[in-house]
Amino acid sequence: MPLRRWSAAAAPLAGSPGTKQIVVARENWRARAQEIAAAGGRLMALWASGPAATGRPAPRTLYAAFVLPPGLLVLTMPDDLAHDEYPGIEEVFPHASRMQRALFDVSGWRSSDPDVRPWLRHAAWPADFHPLIHETAPTAAEEPRPDDYAFVRVEGEGVHEIAVGPVHAGIIEPGHFRFSVVGEKVLKLEERLGYAHKGVERRFTELPILEGHRLAARLCGDSTVTYAWAYCQALEGLAGTPIPARAAWLRALALELERAANHLGDLGALGNDAGFAFGLSQFSLLKEQLLRATHAAFGQRYLLDFVVPGGTRADLAPEGARALSDCAGHLAQQTRVLRGIYDEHAGLRDRFAGAGMVTPALAARLGLTGLVGRASGQAHDLRSDAPWAPYDELAPGKAGATEGDVAARVAVRFDELFESCRLIGRIVRDLPGGTHLAAGLPTPPEGALGIGLIEGWRGPVMIALEAGASGSIRRCHPHDPSWQNWPVLEHAIIGNIVPDFPLINKSFNLAYSGHDL
Amino acid sequence: MNAVTALEWFTQVLEVITALAAAPLLFGWVNQCRAWLQNRSAPSLLQPYRSIRKLFHKDAVLATNASPLFRIAPYVIFGTMAAAAAVIPSVGTHLPFTPVADGIALVGLLATARVFQALAAMDVGTAFGTLGARREMMIGFLAEPALLMVIFVASLLSASTALPAIAEQLASQAVGIYPSLAFTAVAFTMVLLAENARIPVDNPATHLELTMIHEAMLLEYSARHLALLEWAATLKLFNYTCIGFALFAPWGTAHSETPQALLAALPIFGLKLLVAGGGIALVETLSAKLRVFRAPEFLATAFLFAVLGLLVRLLLGA
Repeated sequence: MPLRRWSAAAAPLAGSPGTKQIVVARENWRARAQEIAAAGGRLMALWASGPAATGRPAPRTLYAAFVLPPGLLVLTMPDDLAHDEYPGIEEVFPHASRMQRALFDVSGWRSSDPDVRPWLRHAAWPADFHPLIHETAPTAAEEPRPDDYAFVRVEGEGVHEIAVGPVHAGIIEPGHFRFSVVGEKVLKLEERLGYAHKGVERRFTELPILEGHRLAARLCGDSTVTYAWAYCQALEGLAGTPIPARAAWLRALALELERAANHLGDLGALGNDAGFAFGLSQFSLLKEQLLRATHAAFGQRYLLDFVVPGGTRADLAPEGARALSDCAGHLAQQTRVLRGIYDEHAGLRDRFAGAGMVTPALAARLGLTGLVGRASGQAHDLRSDAPWAPYDELAPGKAGATEGDVAARVAVRFDELFESCRLIGRIVRDLPGGTHLAAGLPTPPEGALGIGLIEGWRGPVMIALEAGASGSIRRCHPHDPSWQNWPVLEHAIIGNIVPDFPLINKSFNLAYSGHDL
Repeated sequence: MNAVTALEWFTQVLEVITALAAAPLLFGWVNQCRAWLQNRSAPSLLQPYRSIRKLFHKDAVLATNASPLFRIAPYVIFGTMAAAAAVIPSVGTHLPFTPVADGIALVGLLATARVFQALAAMDVGTAFGTLGARREMMIGFLAEPALLMVIFVASLLSASTALPAIAEQLASQAVGIYPSLAFTAVAFTMVLLAENARIPVDNPATHLELTMIHEAMLLEYSARHLALLEWAATLKLFNYTCIGFALFAPWGTAHSETPQALLAALPIFGLKLLVAGGGIALVETLSAKLRVFRAPEFLATAFLFAVLGLLVRLLLGA
C-alpha cells in the first residue's frame, strides 16, 4: 500500500503541530518503514513505553518517529503479547540497529536484529535487568568487572588493532574506538559508547512533569537550550498552552547564541587539531566575547535553565540587546577575516580537503543528519523545512555543501555562523513586546504524548514526553542527532590514515553525554 | 697533538654545563614566543625547569612487563644528548673532545638516542608506543641522510668534518655568502623541525594520542624517567640549534683560549639563541601540521636542498 494511502489515516497529535500518529500492526511494522524510506522519510527516533515497574507480560508500546516532508510521523505498535521480538528495521535504516540494541538494554524488548550485543548496558547492571521496566536492580554479589565486548575483527596479513579510550590523553568525554589498521591506513573503525550512561530516562519518571525541563537542560551541556526548548515544546503542547510571542523570540535568540558559541569553539578546535594553534586562540577570543555579551544580556554565560515551561527565565533589557547586537556584528566581521585565513592557508587546506569524506549517496543511505549531513548534501534544516515560531517569520537561510569532507563541514559552520549572527541582530531588533513568561501551566492529561522537535547546532533534537497520572512523567525519551551520525563516522574514516581521525572526529563533534543518556 | 690546556678543559666543561642548564631555557623561550605570536599570554620562561623539577619529585610507575631496556633508555638518551653537546661548539671552538667525535660521529650519536627511544617505546607493547616508534623511524631514516649531506657541504668548504674546525674555518673567512650554504641552511632548518618534533612534522603541544610522534613514545614513562626524557628533548633542540650556529652563523664564538674571549662570546651566543628560538616559533605559528605521509615529502625536499648545496659547491665551487 503506498504511503499516501495509509498515512492519510494518521491522526494529528494534539499539541504538536505538524505531527501525526498512526497505529501499526506488528506484521506491517517493517513494510511501513520501507514505504516511509521509499518516500524519502528519515528515521528520527525509536523508543518503547510501558507502565513502569511491571515486567512482562505488560501492555507495552513501540514508537518510531519519522521525518517526512509534511512533518513528523509517529508510528506506534502495541505489543501483541504473542511474540518476544518485534521486527527490526535496521536493514531499512542502518542507524536503527544501535537504537534497537539500546532499547533492549533499557526497556527489555528485543528486535529481530541478529546483532544482540548490548549498547548502553556495560557491566554496571546484570543482563536480565532493564532499568525502565524493573523497579529495583538485583543486588550484585560482587563488584562489576569490565565486560568482554565482541568487536568485529579484521583478519589479514599485517592487520593489527589500535584501541583508543575510553580514557584519553586529553580531558575529553569517554568513548572507545577500535581501529583495525594496516600501517597507518584504517581498514575499519568500530565505536563503543555508553560510558556516559547515567540513567536519565529512568530519572525522568521520578520527576514532576513541570520540572523535567531542568533535567532535559542537563542532558548535553553544549545543547542545553536545544534540549530545554524541545522538552518545553512537548510539555506546552501537552498542556495546550501557547507561549507568548516574546518568549518564542527570546528562545530563538538563545538557540542562535548557543549555535554561534559552539560553531566558534569548533572552528578554533578544528584549526588546533590541524596544528594551527593561531586559529584556536583567535576563535576562543571571539567565543569569549560572545559569552560575555550573553552574560551582559541575561546574567549567565551559558544559557542553562534559560528556557522554562511557559517562556524564558529572563527578559532582555535594552542595554543587553545592544551588547548582543554589537557583538553579533563584530563577530561576523572578525569571522570573515578568519575565514579568509582558513581558506587561503595551504597547510590547513591540505589537511581539511578530502579528509573524512562522506559522499551524499552514502549520507542519504546511512541517514546522516544535522550539520554534518548538510555538508554531505543532505539539505535538511528544521528551521527552514518545518519552521516553528518564530522561525517561520525569521526565515533563516540554509547552509550546505556536497563535498562531504572536513573542509565542507568547516564551510557549513562558517556559513551557519554568519547566518546566526544575522539572526541575532534581527531578533534583537524586531523583538515583539509583551511578557516573556506565561503564567501557570495546567497539568497535562494522563497518557497524552507530546513531541518536541528543535534544530540545535548539532542537528535535530527530539523529546517524546508521555504524561503520567497527576502531573508525573510516564516516559520521556530524549533523542540526540548523534545517534544518526556516530555510525557514519565509522564510514568516514575508512581509507584515511590514523592520525587524521582526531580531525575528522572533531569535524563531526558528536555528543557522548546526550547520546549515552 | 698538543697538550690540552686547563683552559680548554674549562671551555669543554663550560660548554656542557651551559647546554644542560640553558636547554630548558631555550625551550621555554620558544614556547613563550609561540604564545605571544598566537595572541595568548605566555607561560613563564622557567616553566620547563619547573616541570622537570616536579617530575623528579614524583614516584616512578613502571609497567609490569617493562624490561631493563625500558628503565635504562632514559639514561642512555640523556647521556647521548649530553655527549653530543660536548662535541658541538657553542661558546668556544677549542674543545678537547673534537678529535674524538666529528660531525659524522655526531649523527651517529643522535641515531643511538633514536634507536633507544624507539626500542623503549615498543618495549611495553602498547599500541601508541609502537605507533610513535614506527613514525619516528620513518622520520629518522629520511632526516639522517639529509643532515649528513648538510655536514658534507660544510666539510667541503672547510676541509674538515669536525664541527669546531668547520665553525672556525667559516668564521675566519671574510664575510661572504656561499650559495651552497644557503641551500643547506634551508635543508638544515627543515631537518631541525622534523627531528625536534616541531610543527609542521609533529606537534609538541597536542593531546591527541593518535597524531603524536615523539610524545607517543613517552606515554608510558613517568617521574624521573620522563623528566630525563623531557630534558633530553630540550637538549636535542639546543644541540641542533648549536649545530646550526656552527655551520651557518659561526661568528662570535671564542677562538682563542683566553677567559676574556669566552666571556665576550657568551652574550653573543645568548643573542643567537634568542633569534633562533623566535624563528622556530614563527615557523611553527605560520604552518599547520602536515599529514603524516607528507612528512617524507618534506624531508625529501630537505635532502634535495642539501644535494643542491653539494652540487653548487662541487660544480660551481661557490
